[in-house]
Amino acid sequence: MIAFLIEVVRRDLLLAVRRPADAGTVLIFFVVVASLFPLAGNPDPVVLGNIAPGVLWVSALLACLLSLPRIFSGDYADGSLEQMVIAPQPLSVLVLGKIVVHWLISALPLVLLAPVLGLQYGLQGEPLFVLVLSLLLGTPTLSLIGAIGAALTLGSRGGGVLVSVLVLPLYIPVLIFGAGAVVASQAGLEVQAYVMLLVACFLLSLVVAPWATSIALRIALE
Amino acid sequence: MSAINWFKYAAPQTFYPLAGRLIPWLYVIATLLALAGIYISFVIAPTDFQQGEAYRIIFVHVPAAWMSMVIYLAMAFWAAIGLVFNTRLSSMMAQALAPTGALFTLLALVTGSLWGRPTWGTWWVWDARLTSELILLFLYIGFIALRASIDSPQRADRATAVLAIVGAVNVPIIYFSVRWWNTLHQGASINMSSAPKMAVTMLTGMLIMALASWVYSIAVTFVRVRCIILERERHAGWVRQLEEVKS
Repeated sequence: MIAFLIEVVRRDLLLAVRRPADAGTVLIFFVVVASLFPLAGNPDPVVLGNIAPGVLWVSALLACLLSLPRIFSGDYADGSLEQMVIAPQPLSVLVLGKIVVHWLISALPLVLLAPVLGLQYGLQGEPLFVLVLSLLLGTPTLSLIGAIGAALTLGSRGGGVLVSVLVLPLYIPVLIFGAGAVVASQAGLEVQAYVMLLVACFLLSLVVAPWATSIALRIALE
Repeated sequence: MSAINWFKYAAPQTFYPLAGRLIPWLYVIATLLALAGIYISFVIAPTDFQQGEAYRIIFVHVPAAWMSMVIYLAMAFWAAIGLVFNTRLSSMMAQALAPTGALFTLLALVTGSLWGRPTWGTWWVWDARLTSELILLFLYIGFIALRASIDSPQRADRATAVLAIVGAVNVPIIYFSVRWWNTLHQGASINMSSAPKMAVTMLTGMLIMALASWVYSIAVTFVRVRCIILERERHAGWVRQLEEVKS
């Protein structure tokens, strides 16, 4: 089963590497959205420091959301998804592999770029580190929950907007804990509780999401 | 064998006339309860010594907030039953409950903000309960939007069922995360759970209004289920035999 998982990840990574612009667009979206807030509001360093955790987290969340339909759309369009669903290997493992690739391609670059944006917002030292840590622990949950939404809206009308409506309310706990960790560290408080809650969200969604997504895929393809 | 009697009404064909017979009675009960509740809330219940007459909106607000949560759970329950046992009527119930639930959620939000104006001085506070109620409204809208985007009713039943179950798992997590966020940010705001003990008549009025909302919700859900049954089973023989369809 592990070999199967690795094979799925290898295949999807290869597909993604052959089309590097897709991942690049998500990254650029993240940067553009995050740079809009100082332009729309007040570029005062104190104000920026106050809004930084929320703005950076929401930008990352939206960028992640934007790339969700891509988890399944390619395989759905050329019909290979149907073959995968009837394959003897467990569908939830396949789904998990696709989620891993989505995280590697769409979310991990955001995490790696976040310190640069954090510096633009005047974050330094521990809050900056906590921002990266919270994104690192929170974005896998976003990919996992998002996959359910992507599978549910597969082949339905109004895909992209609908995914946002379905998935964004479910993202709220991750957003609260993730941005909360940065706020707490800015205030000099202990962030351990937030980190543990983020991990708890991740583990819970790791159990539920691949299973729910595979059910949703079967429904979409029946 | 009483069990068989219960399952008998799980078929749309038998449920349709049963619901039709129950609906007038449910409307009568709901109206009587609402009249009694309104009488108690406006005439018998005393004026609150802190909030004056403004508090009387709780007789609508609290039942609406209760209903919004109960209906979401009922909806997720019927959707799950429909997904697991593939029973047609269960999914129709889930579909019929959604608009009523969304309506009560909206009502709770609107009355909450109307109440907030005289007592807190603002139309909206990022209070934990108001915020989670708002998120609940988003969940309802997502459920309805997903159904609207899928043409095949059977596929829509099962897709929305998965969403409702995931949402029901998430509701407690959302509630507690919002509450935690709220206590961290807001400090000592007005805490309603520590409000002075409620007069017995106020509580009675609220409970009767809640009962009225329950009966009303069941009645309108039945009306909606009957419409859905007619729409989905329009090719079935028994639907064509109905008086209201023939004429």
